[in-house]
Amino acid sequence: MSRDIDYPKRLAAAPGGVLTRSDAEAFVSRALKFSNADAVRVTVNSGRETNLRFADNQISTSGVTTNTTMRVQSVFGKRKASVVTNERSDEGLRRAVEQSEALAKLAPEDPEYIGELGAQQYSNVTTWYDSTADLTAEDRAKAALRALAPARAGKELTVAGYIVANASAQAIGTNAGLFAYQRSTNANYTLTARTTDGTGSGWSGMEHNDWTKLDTEEVARVAIDKARRSRNPVAIEPGRYTVIFEPQATADLIGLLGGALQARAADEGRSAFSKPGGTRLGEKIMDPRVTLVSDPADVLIPASPFDNEGQPVGKQTWIANGVLQQLAYSRFWANKQGKTPTGNASSLKMMGGTDTVESLIRSTTRGVLVTRLFYLRPVDARTLVYTGLTRDGTFLIENGKVAGPIKNFRFNDSPLFMLNNLEGVGASVRTAGGDGGPGVAMPTIKVRDFNFTSLSDAV
Amino acid sequence: MTTRRDFLKTGGASLGALAVAPALLRADGTRISGTADSLLPAPLPALYTDAATRELMMEVLDAAKRYGASWADVRISRNRNNSVQAREKQVTDVVDTDTMGCGVRVLVDGCWGFCATQELTKPGVGAAAQEAVAIAKANRMAQDRRVTLSPMPSHPNATWRSAYKIDPFTIPVEQKAELLLRANEAALKVPSIRFVNSGMQFIKEERNYANTEGSVITQDYVRSWVTMSCTAVSADRTQTAVRGPEVVQPHARGWEYVLEADIVNNAQKWGGEAAEKLTAKSVDVGRYDLILHPSQLFLTIHESLGHSTELDRAMGYEANYAGTSFIAPPEKVLGSLKMGPPMMNLVGNRSEVGALATIGYDDDGVQPDDFHIVKDGILVDYQTNREQAPLLDWWYRKNGKPTRSHGCSYAQSWADVAFQRMPNVSLQPGEKDLSWNDLIAATDKGIAMIGRSSYSIDQQRYNGQFGAQLCYEIKGGKIVGQLKDVAYQMRTPEFWNSLDMLGGKSSYEFGGTFNDGKGQPGQSNAVSHGCPPTRFRNVNVINTGRAS
Repeated sequence: MSRDIDYPKRLAAAPGGVLTRSDAEAFVSRALKFSNADAVRVTVNSGRETNLRFADNQISTSGVTTNTTMRVQSVFGKRKASVVTNERSDEGLRRAVEQSEALAKLAPEDPEYIGELGAQQYSNVTTWYDSTADLTAEDRAKAALRALAPARAGKELTVAGYIVANASAQAIGTNAGLFAYQRSTNANYTLTARTTDGTGSGWSGMEHNDWTKLDTEEVARVAIDKARRSRNPVAIEPGRYTVIFEPQATADLIGLLGGALQARAADEGRSAFSKPGGTRLGEKIMDPRVTLVSDPADVLIPASPFDNEGQPVGKQTWIANGVLQQLAYSRFWANKQGKTPTGNASSLKMMGGTDTVESLIRSTTRGVLVTRLFYLRPVDARTLVYTGLTRDGTFLIENGKVAGPIKNFRFNDSPLFMLNNLEGVGASVRTAGGDGGPGVAMPTIKVRDFNFTSLSDAV
Repeated sequence: MTTRRDFLKTGGASLGALAVAPALLRADGTRISGTADSLLPAPLPALYTDAATRELMMEVLDAAKRYGASWADVRISRNRNNSVQAREKQVTDVVDTDTMGCGVRVLVDGCWGFCATQELTKPGVGAAAQEAVAIAKANRMAQDRRVTLSPMPSHPNATWRSAYKIDPFTIPVEQKAELLLRANEAALKVPSIRFVNSGMQFIKEERNYANTEGSVITQDYVRSWVTMSCTAVSADRTQTAVRGPEVVQPHARGWEYVLEADIVNNAQKWGGEAAEKLTAKSVDVGRYDLILHPSQLFLTIHESLGHSTELDRAMGYEANYAGTSFIAPPEKVLGSLKMGPPMMNLVGNRSEVGALATIGYDDDGVQPDDFHIVKDGILVDYQTNREQAPLLDWWYRKNGKPTRSHGCSYAQSWADVAFQRMPNVSLQPGEKDLSWNDLIAATDKGIAMIGRSSYSIDQQRYNGQFGAQLCYEIKGGKIVGQLKDVAYQMRTPEFWNSLDMLGGKSSYEFGGTFNDGKGQPGQSNAVSHGCPPTRFRNVNVINTGRAS
């Protein structure tokens, strides 16, 4: 066993492991050169993720993962198959290409395959910040201490949190001449503070592409304040309530609309946006204050300007002032229906209004204030009724004021019903509940007649 | 010098790309090719830790110690995934995923550090060990308590292989696709079935493990899952009904499992069940006796008992994500909390043959044991790993048992850190060998529920709401018809204490999933739950339909 190996100076070389544009282009063209298929698409995902978790007032796990994978889709006629590998040697790339070709030749035809894209124009979107890519283990530990120190000092709190910083690059190339490259960073911090008597719990979080924009002190302050204020909750009867959803709670429920906007399911008659003989496109389906948008260039939630096929993705307004304006078309479905492909509603924003949490509370005689929601699952695909529970800071509002903490509820309700029962809309802010997934920006909203169906004793 | 190529060459003959398939039976029993002799599956290659991989692992452990780790372990593994997906009459996707890499975990002054790399060279894995140590050192500034690991015997030359007979990675893709397309065709023969999605997913991992206590372990396992979802649409397009996608439970077995599932012959039945649901009666809300089939009950066990008896959840380690547990703190509930009637016994294990969490050695290098979590209705233990077992030292000493990890450490791949994950948590069958039909015959007003559907539970595992794919109304001991829009809303302690009938050994089955999510960053655990059909009295049933 050798003990005298010179290790590469990888630790100093930030951002370690994430392919640059020229490296990615070289990598993709190497793979394309090995191909003998009619059509081939090579997708390279390169990433370095660093994270730190803490719980019960101490650091629990902490680490870094660096990996670059390549996906090769080979096509003969309409027979296609993909192979994913993390080998980067010429021999490894060649083997992956050959294996995808062998699989493709054996696979039955896919009549929905419509060829690869050629060269495209993409807009410039800034999604990369060195501050996130270069974040060190010391930086993360210091950020965690901003919550750990007050929790340990006070004796009456325990905190559990997660700090994750991602640096990644995606490149796509085809033998039809397409090349796309985007590199991104994302910093996300979420924190749960609980009182040691087990009766109070508060959550807070922040997310940004730029680590320096995360106010970790403020996250700690909000979660700890909520934990203290939510101690000893009282039970109130389940039923229909006026509810103020803070941005994370709005995101938990309204974010689900994004996945339901598929044109194909609507055209096939199995979606909430189907109707006998067609779809509800062009119909007013919710309150006119609701506008839902996906826009890669939105500086609040910037996203990649292309999708997984290399198709440019522009701004889509799914719902404009309450009217269903656009459904999501894949390349195949758009081609079949004579529409333009849209990409999916992966990053999603509900446009804000002029209200504030304070004004929404002030105008409420009796209602419930919700911090966030948990374990949402569909119970009826045609109405988008979901079930789930409130969590980590649920309060009763009486006569324009927060009266005190209440026990959590289970609900059975639909974002479609909710957005028809809208009473007010605050400013749209970036939410953090996705742990660094696609950006979601949502406002605080106030909704009447929301359906809480049972009580939960969970804190 | 070890290279990835060497690892591939020596890592086992079955691991080569596009290995030649043994001759096999079609789903209908006809032979595809070969002689009579080749009907038997080819013998699996011998399993051993190859010299190159062992050398890399030793390099990691040496480097970790050199940089200052007091303890370290390493996993070098090859994770493979094969997926074939079809809808109606076409194959939509064929994907083979194959990644290799190395994950290093270290302790420095009682602080954890972890680093994963795909660089399978001595300098590459050595740099990963160095970075894991650097992370652990950086974390010392925020340390509160030192991590200590429960002692365990080392396993210097161990191997283990899961119970598969035919490696699904040796089956040609057209054979997989053909089976799916034939099943889809059969389902589409049912008049109102408009959409069918089906798929197969296979996972194979060769997992090598070593730690600074002298363990060197090589394991090889396969998991398989066939899914199918049949969607019926009413003539006026206002109603849809779905059966699936979990019509067959996943198993830690090979291609033989797929053949036994017989999806071509079953597809028409599943389609018919979806079609019948279109005109099923919408349930009247109220209280019913529920008879839950293992394909439905397994998920309720998983959510309400499995997650709540993970010791890390009870101690607050998952507070920021999936939550804590109502079964806490341990000192107030162990030996005293009445989880259910005396006939209720819940066993944690990683030993049931074919169950998804079954493994020879966990990712702490521990040989798991079988342990009661609930014995005769009383809570007696939690799921643990080496870091957690010492927290229950007082309890084990009180009961004259050794303080040992139950072997519940798991990482989903080389790129992820190991932490406490659920073993198979199985509800033991009753003493009398009662069947599904016996339970129905004994029930006056009830609902029999099959297959998991919508499910949701709170962050301490009290309030759960569970649907099913198929619900049948029981009146006077007989099934009188299908119901729709059914879900039960329950509170875990009352629900399990309302258990009053258990099926027997011959009715015991596994239900499971590849996708049990936990942790930040999220990881998927594959886990099964064995159970018999079981009856619960007087449970609150709600109507989830549009009118509600």
